[in-house]
Amino acid sequence: MAVNVRELAKKMAQDPGITSGHRLCAGCGPAIVMRHLMMARRKPTVVVNATGCVEVATTIFPYTAWKVPWIHNAFENAAATASGVVAARNKLVRSERFADDPDVEMDYDVIVVGGDGGTYDIGLQSISGAFERGDKFMYVLYDNEAYMNTGIQRSGGTPFGAWTTTTPVGRKIKGKLAPKKPIVDIFVAHKIPYAATVSPAFWVDEIQKFRKGLENMPSFIHAFGVCPRGWRVAENETIEVAKLAVETCVHPLYEVVEGEYRLTSVSKAIARNPSKKKPVSEYIKYQGRFKHLLKPENEKLLNELQRQIDERWNELLKKAGEY
Amino acid sequence: MSELKGWREIPIGGVVPLSSLEYRTGDWKVFRPVIDEEKCVKCGNCWMFCPDSAIEWDGEGVPKPNYEYCKGCGVCAEECPVKAIKMVR
Repeated sequence: MAVNVRELAKKMAQDPGITSGHRLCAGCGPAIVMRHLMMARRKPTVVVNATGCVEVATTIFPYTAWKVPWIHNAFENAAATASGVVAARNKLVRSERFADDPDVEMDYDVIVVGGDGGTYDIGLQSISGAFERGDKFMYVLYDNEAYMNTGIQRSGGTPFGAWTTTTPVGRKIKGKLAPKKPIVDIFVAHKIPYAATVSPAFWVDEIQKFRKGLENMPSFIHAFGVCPRGWRVAENETIEVAKLAVETCVHPLYEVVEGEYRLTSVSKAIARNPSKKKPVSEYIKYQGRFKHLLKPENEKLLNELQRQIDERWNELLKKAGEY
Repeated sequence: MSELKGWREIPIGGVVPLSSLEYRTGDWKVFRPVIDEEKCVKCGNCWMFCPDSAIEWDGEGVPKPNYEYCKGCGVCAEECPVKAIKMVR
């Protein structure tokens, strides 16, 4: 898919998918991801939303920001709900019940949107089940690395060393002790045709991957959603931090087509020219949740975080055949 | 116990009736973005990165911020490649 910003602007002016007036925070990263997701639509779309920031803030009763058909069920069964939507559609097509009705559109895409709580932790089983059955939908994870809408509790997506309200920084234990769960690898192990990571800062790459995901369902997309509120980042630096996450290889950009890893965009450039890779301290200095790591007495923790990131990056390079 | 209702009789659950366009988030902001029309190169970065769809752009002219919904985060000013956007109180 060729991505042209002017054409996208014209498309979105006519059919925005998601409108203004939602109550996500100022500078919200996932809100930007949702807009880019709506830009990548190819035909009528149904959005299934797991509980999370996006669900809570876009549909505060009696208002909704969505201009596409939208369904919310719960944290743990967003993917199962999408399976139901797909199954119901298939049944109606087979029974030809609305075959002669021009008002009923039967050819539509199903997109599931879930946060990191609904994907890494609570909803994992229903996604696993849906991918095992091969139900045709695209799952988009917007990863803001904690349970942000309930007050910044740690999740499986929270990185090592990060402060949250349930992993506070004390004298002995400083931030989260466990590393981030390798979520894309988990779903690649389900043998799905397409999986990818995206960052809103690199929107051309992002929209292309969303479109590829829609063309090769079932698919899984891991989007990086900077949370200014929970990460203690200045509101206007959302995109800056998303960019640095890719440049420091905290969130490398790659896609997995039929089990084959391929680096894309800036991450590919970094693989070819390792001098472009920035140290992780560049990324964390913007973030209040990592403030303690920059103190001299916590250098060990910072080195451990860097070691984990390098380890995962080298693993990825091997898988992508760039090593 | 009363007779159970079938799916045809029960009401449709939880329909959200109004568009969020009726809820103005513009009063959240402290600073508002002002675009310098002379400097603007019409690249669309501000429109692309606005979390609130609060920058109106038809793909051709100079983008126009919609202060009814703009929350004043300043992402547009930060990402403008020619620094044509100023945050004004």
